[in-house]
Amino acid sequence: MHLLLYVLRRIIQLIPTLLFIALVVFLLVHLLPGDPASAMLGDRALTADVNRINHDLGLDRPLPVQFLLFLRNLAHGDLGRSIQLHESVLSLIAQRLPVTMLLTAMSALIAVALALPLAFLAALRRDREADILIRGTFQVGLSMPVFYIGLLLLTFFGAYLRWFPVGGYGDTFAGHLYHLFLPALTLALSLSAVLMRNLRQAILQVIGAEYVDFARAKGLPARLVLFRHVLRNALISTVTLFGLQIGTLLGGAVVTETVFAIPGAGRLMIESIYGRDYPVVQGTTLCLAVVVSLTFLLTDLAQVALDPRLSR
Amino acid sequence: MTGGLSLEVTNLSTTFETPLGAVTAVDGVSFDVRPGEVLGLVGESGSGKSVTLRSLIGLIHPPGKVSGRVIWNGQDLLSLPSGRLARVRGGEIAMIFQEPMTALNPVLTVGLQIEENLRAHTALDRGQRRARAVELFDLVGIPDAKRRLENYPHQFSGGMRQRVMIAIALASNPRLLLADEPTTALDVTIQDQILKLILSLRDELGMGVVLVTHDLGVVAATCDRVAVMYAGRIVETGTVVDIFDGPRHAYTRGLLSSVPRGGAERAPLLAIEGTPPALSALPPGCAFGPRCSFATDACRDARPGLLTIAPDRQVACLHHDAVAANRGQVA
Amino acid sequence: MTIALPARSRRRRRFPLPLVVGGGMLAAQLLLALFPSAFAPYAPDSFDYNALMQPPSAAHLFGTDNFGRDVLSRVIHAYSVDMQIAVFATVLPFFFGTSVGAVIGYAGGMAETIFGRLVDAIITFPFLVLVIAIVAVLGPGLINMYIAVGVVDWVFYARLAVAEVKVQKRLDYAEAGRAMGYSPARIVFRHLMPNIITPLIVYWMTDMALAILLGSSLGYLGLGAQPPIAEWGVQIADAKNFMATAWWMSVFPGIAIVLAGLSFSLTGDGVAETMRTRR
Repeated sequence: MHLLLYVLRRIIQLIPTLLFIALVVFLLVHLLPGDPASAMLGDRALTADVNRINHDLGLDRPLPVQFLLFLRNLAHGDLGRSIQLHESVLSLIAQRLPVTMLLTAMSALIAVALALPLAFLAALRRDREADILIRGTFQVGLSMPVFYIGLLLLTFFGAYLRWFPVGGYGDTFAGHLYHLFLPALTLALSLSAVLMRNLRQAILQVIGAEYVDFARAKGLPARLVLFRHVLRNALISTVTLFGLQIGTLLGGAVVTETVFAIPGAGRLMIESIYGRDYPVVQGTTLCLAVVVSLTFLLTDLAQVALDPRLSR
Repeated sequence: MTGGLSLEVTNLSTTFETPLGAVTAVDGVSFDVRPGEVLGLVGESGSGKSVTLRSLIGLIHPPGKVSGRVIWNGQDLLSLPSGRLARVRGGEIAMIFQEPMTALNPVLTVGLQIEENLRAHTALDRGQRRARAVELFDLVGIPDAKRRLENYPHQFSGGMRQRVMIAIALASNPRLLLADEPTTALDVTIQDQILKLILSLRDELGMGVVLVTHDLGVVAATCDRVAVMYAGRIVETGTVVDIFDGPRHAYTRGLLSSVPRGGAERAPLLAIEGTPPALSALPPGCAFGPRCSFATDACRDARPGLLTIAPDRQVACLHHDAVAANRGQVA
Repeated sequence: MTIALPARSRRRRRFPLPLVVGGGMLAAQLLLALFPSAFAPYAPDSFDYNALMQPPSAAHLFGTDNFGRDVLSRVIHAYSVDMQIAVFATVLPFFFGTSVGAVIGYAGGMAETIFGRLVDAIITFPFLVLVIAIVAVLGPGLINMYIAVGVVDWVFYARLAVAEVKVQKRLDYAEAGRAMGYSPARIVFRHLMPNIITPLIVYWMTDMALAILLGSSLGYLGLGAQPPIAEWGVQIADAKNFMATAWWMSVFPGIAIVLAGLSFSLTGDGVAETMRTRR
């Protein structure tokens, strides 16, 4: 019952956040020097065309009115039309966003799969060779930009060893997974470094807790002490961090999709920037931010599931 | 219940490596605990009582090193492989901690925390474990057992939480209970209830108890024998009656004189002048020397060993006769 | 019960190792950034069509790129650009965010609540996506990138400053300042600021490392520094079609990015360690 109320409250809290996202995305286009229409059409645009586009976009009305119109359109799922691709922005995003989601989900999985065992290893071998090696490697990894990691992996595993394709998305689901593996790994490395560092610290903190001593005093097998008592508690803070990192992950996805030529929402965004296709830039920004705020909701719920003290 | 087992501790030392050098928190401690007996381990904070308790069952964390012998049931617990030690821990020797709030895992239901103990040490199936858990809650006096098993530690009051911990510790019928200040964090009335509970369980289950405390009132009410610790060593042992009637170590004397008698409220043990020395900077000779009104030059030469002066009666003081003779005088 | 351990004995160095190493690396790189021509053997944009994509040699230690430009010289000249990005993208957010945060934290109440909401909303935007979107609208280039970063980044400094000031303002010396009748501005900037600034400087260091990653990423995407400017991300973008055939074109700028990032992180760690020992 408490849990249900909590979920409800969290969903209601989402509303102002979504409104803020809409406002920022709306104002984005108004940052344009001069009026958006001439910016889109370039210097040699005809005045009539400029006026037509300005009118079509409702840009000749006062700002607050425009924002309300923008919200009304959003409510109808109308994100405008792409200037370049002559298609509705929503349907473009509907095609491309799932690709980005799959990529992010895969890289999150890989990151967790890397971070969990390594954090344990580093924590249990604290300040010994394994710990120093793991932390040093990840520190170097954290100093590498995503696009460069991507290029290195692509060159080595794609072009040189030919184990993986050097780009594209494939046609079947298995093909998607195969094509997305390297880019997902690219994205996962820096996330797993951040998670590893946090989880290692959390494990070290929890392992000294008295309830862990009590669990050992109960004569539980070491494995059970580690997983049920240490990991379970250490994960609570790491889950929060994981949620906060989703934004970084999506930002990285924009770059990675460009490096690996993956037809996702991020690459759509970059291509639209090159083509000055502002409705699409606006739409993708909006959708990615909404994805992040929904992930925040999910990680909050996961935290409540992990920590019964929160659900009261 | 087969015949009771006794615990024999010989020359137990626990040392922590620090950047400054080794610090010996427990220094050559020997004692034994007989079946059905309650041994009180008494001393100020930092005297090494809790470390002693943790050392017995291998709960000292890595920079710490434990040496000596801890004989239980014919085997030395200190040299037991971890798998077999795990079977002794919780199964034969259980431990309860001072602060139930931090000793219970906050994210697991108390029911699970009892069950995992039963799972590790008994052959009971799921249903039987459940029934046993209910039985244990009844035993330690937690009402509405069935429902309460689903609760988390934060949903209990302090006294109830301590009962939960005792229920968990006792789940597999241990033969020996190590209790680390089990009542310090509790109100006085609840303290008495918990101590009575431990004693009645001792009677019912025939288990031995090592009770670590700094509260001599608790010792008088519950213990059969007492070992007084100071700066990592045992300085005096004896039956409760012997110790309370005729302390032969100046430190014990000081402890006792700080306890108001005749049912007045318990006061903290601060009546001895000065503070205990840092373990990294022990004075030469007797560690209590600098605070002792009986000290002479001889006390500064060597740390006095534990002398057996009567059956079940040991003291580590060069002037124990003078201490005993001087009983009326304020230290 | 805890065992009273003696204070850590290892004789404290005046400066912790990470600070010495990181600071040293940083100083060397700043030197390169300030006087690139003194160290670079060639001009960053001098073409040599007779030496296209040459592997490293005595004449060209890091080889040449597809226009015959000396990679070493371009990497060195890129220090001016990338170090500039590290500093310029973060220095305004650092000062502005810290001051605003300190004032909000001291004022508390309504201001703090509103600020909290703002932070919650802003962190729902993927930072890189928002910066890219702003640059997209303003147009590619370094100045617009600084603006885009600054619009968002100050919030993180402000959040940190709010938290620090909330702790400090309850301490005796702040109370004493109030009792003496000092103005809030004087208490915040003269009394509280010196005590909250260290964690902010530590964050600034990591933020500069992040700024280099961001700057080179935007350069790679064609939204940051514009070719033919020598910038590591731009260099790697130029090299992306020759990763396997002319590895030296991308590897050396890559190493430069990693070293720059590492030296900022190490310096930050070192400052943090110094702070811990002082406390």
